[in-house]
Amino acid sequence: MGVKKKYRSKKGAERACLALIYIVLGVISLIWLIPFLLLIVQSFRGESSGMSMNYVFPEQWTFDNYIRLFTETKFLRWYGNTLLVSVVVTIIQTVIVLMTSYALSRLRFKLRKPLMNLMLILGMFPGFLSMTAVYFILKEINLTQNLVGLMLVYSASSAMQYYICKGFFDTIPKSLDEAARIDGASRHTVFVKIILPLAKPIIIYTVLSAFIAPWGEYMFSSFIMLGDSDHFTVAVGMKMWLEKESVNEYFTVFCAAAVVVSIPITALFIWLQRYYVEGITGGSVKG
Amino acid sequence: MVNLEYLKMSPIQKVWFRLKSFFKRLPSAFAAFFKSIPKKLYKLWLAFAGIFVNIGKAAKDGDWKTRTSFAVMGFGLIARKQYLRGFLYLFFEALFILYMVFFGWKYLAKMGSLGEVACVEEWDEELGVFAYKFYDNSLLILLYSLLTVFIMAAFVYMWYQNVKGSYLSQQFTEARLNLPTTKDDIRACADKNYHKTLLSIPMLGLVIFTVLPIFFMIFIAFTNYDKAHMPPQELFQWVGADNFSNVLGGGVSANSTQFAFTFAEVLLWTVIWAFFATFTNYIFGMIVAILINKKGVKFKKFWRTVLVMTIAVPQFVSLMFMSQLLADQGLLNNLLMKWGWIHSPIPFLTDGTLAKVMIIVINMWIGIPYTMLICSGILMNIPADLYESARMDGAGPFRAYMKITLPYMLHVTTPYLITQFIGNLNNFNVIFLLTGGEPLSLDLQFAGKTDLLITWLYKLTVNESQYAIASVIGIFTFIVVAVLSLILYNRSKSVKNEEDFM
Repeated sequence: MGVKKKYRSKKGAERACLALIYIVLGVISLIWLIPFLLLIVQSFRGESSGMSMNYVFPEQWTFDNYIRLFTETKFLRWYGNTLLVSVVVTIIQTVIVLMTSYALSRLRFKLRKPLMNLMLILGMFPGFLSMTAVYFILKEINLTQNLVGLMLVYSASSAMQYYICKGFFDTIPKSLDEAARIDGASRHTVFVKIILPLAKPIIIYTVLSAFIAPWGEYMFSSFIMLGDSDHFTVAVGMKMWLEKESVNEYFTVFCAAAVVVSIPITALFIWLQRYYVEGITGGSVKG
Repeated sequence: MVNLEYLKMSPIQKVWFRLKSFFKRLPSAFAAFFKSIPKKLYKLWLAFAGIFVNIGKAAKDGDWKTRTSFAVMGFGLIARKQYLRGFLYLFFEALFILYMVFFGWKYLAKMGSLGEVACVEEWDEELGVFAYKFYDNSLLILLYSLLTVFIMAAFVYMWYQNVKGSYLSQQFTEARLNLPTTKDDIRACADKNYHKTLLSIPMLGLVIFTVLPIFFMIFIAFTNYDKAHMPPQELFQWVGADNFSNVLGGGVSANSTQFAFTFAEVLLWTVIWAFFATFTNYIFGMIVAILINKKGVKFKKFWRTVLVMTIAVPQFVSLMFMSQLLADQGLLNNLLMKWGWIHSPIPFLTDGTLAKVMIIVINMWIGIPYTMLICSGILMNIPADLYESARMDGAGPFRAYMKITLPYMLHVTTPYLITQFIGNLNNFNVIFLLTGGEPLSLDLQFAGKTDLLITWLYKLTVNESQYAIASVIGIFTFIVVAVLSLILYNRSKSVKNEEDFM
């Protein structure tokens, strides 16, 4: 009897524990979602475009902010700029990262270790340090205030992002390569025919993170596009709206723009979430 | 490695023991590092000597074809019908000579002085007016002379490869072996020399857009490049280590001590920020992941998707929105005042200390979903039988967490933690988009109370045009990051040796 009672009380404790977990998870979800819900709600506010108000729900619901966004501002242009830069950077960066990672993971050559150390050290320099020099290099080839210049800056150093991808390649068994090599395959064939098909999660991870990065990058693009609002990316342009002089006029427009920027990326992310997790856990962490 | 006494200790003692042994090991680790320097130098010397021996051999034993390639690159290869490589060398040499004569030389010659005359007002014959004519541009002189030095180094390397290659093909011919033909050379690009094919373009980008600029900025730190010395109107000069002593407080300039104070303040906050940002995210992210992954919790996918959505919304959007929400006249303060909970706005982002706390809290809001994703991936990999046997032995959930989950996670995610930490030291977006480094402070030179080294660097460059000082700060930032990550890597290695998990 005593044993049974103990058993039952344990079950009760477990149930209480589960209930507690649900409450905690619910609160967490609320904390995480409320700001975004606020953002969406604000983007439909019609009565004033500033940010100082003391109520949550708009008095007038309207699409005006979205209409203003696409007709009065240069947002569509910025969006196009960012999309173009993102796509090009994604392609170049993915190719470069895959090539570098394969070489560093599978090929053995004299400079392999020094090269990896070099990239580790370079990664410790604050990225912005080199910006002045990069700016003048770009200026000399007439690529400042220019999207091609921005693409170059984003993708030129992508070799340094090899770390996670190399980690993933390291987990693919070497015996696969060796078997193919014995059958007479060249290293290039091994890379294209054996490694790449197995690397789908990490390729998707690389593509996804390369694609998202330009949308949120502010430091380099603000410096390269200094003052030329036709070539802004969304981050630089939208930050401009929140300056003290313009925030009261543009805050709701900013919210609308934020919603427009977020929707496609969120969709992409939720769709590819599984690969993203697989890629990062397979690559960045290993015992 | 694990001895009995260590196992008997309580967790606190264990941590204390590890800390102690780490600091005990530190001097010897440094000593080992410095001891290894002569050995490394000797190795380097051997490598150099090998190069000269090879060149000497080629000069002594080489036939006329090999010797001609000392002056005409690729000649020995072309004469032995290895056309592709030979002509590539020849082409490279021609290109190099043209570059040096028409471009590189005139910049390199001025590197010592960084130019004599910046600009002069001269009579323009065609337009018939006085106009400024620009001559020396210190910036371009420095940039191009560095580029020239890089190209010269590449040329020396290529020249050596050419001599070695010519001599090798001579030896091949003398031994009556088949020389690799052009076709073989091309095939080797996809096989034996595949690393060169793969890495040449990534490395070219890296050298031009990262290595060269970093060298450039290191040199800038030794000049007086600032607002008063802006090319092309003005020249700047070498000033030795003046900027360094200025930033460290021993300089002659009037605001030197203030710079030193700012540097210390900003550095302290940078390290504190990186520490808290990394570990709060890590610990709470793991807890959330454990909660979601707990057996019996339903709608796992739903909870995860809710959090993942916040990753997907671009960071800058959520950061800027938060900065507006928490502003003094922002929604949150207005709401609280309307409800009568407070009478004057809470200075969430305008009071130094509170802003620092808020930054860390908001960073948790942004970062926890990431950690949650990564941790849930790994948590699923922990073998279930470990927990099973722990439960059999009478361990409760907390004990199981401390003894199994935490060590496993720490063991597996150390590389991730270190990269996170380094990334946070240089985290620009969170600070700049949230507070912009504000609130401003009169004690600090061009920096606000929440500025990190990297945002200070940005402001010094973009707003103040203090390029030389900014470079010095950049170099110091590098030193801080390098030292901290060295310690962390060292630590992670020792963790690995101490307890090889399974």
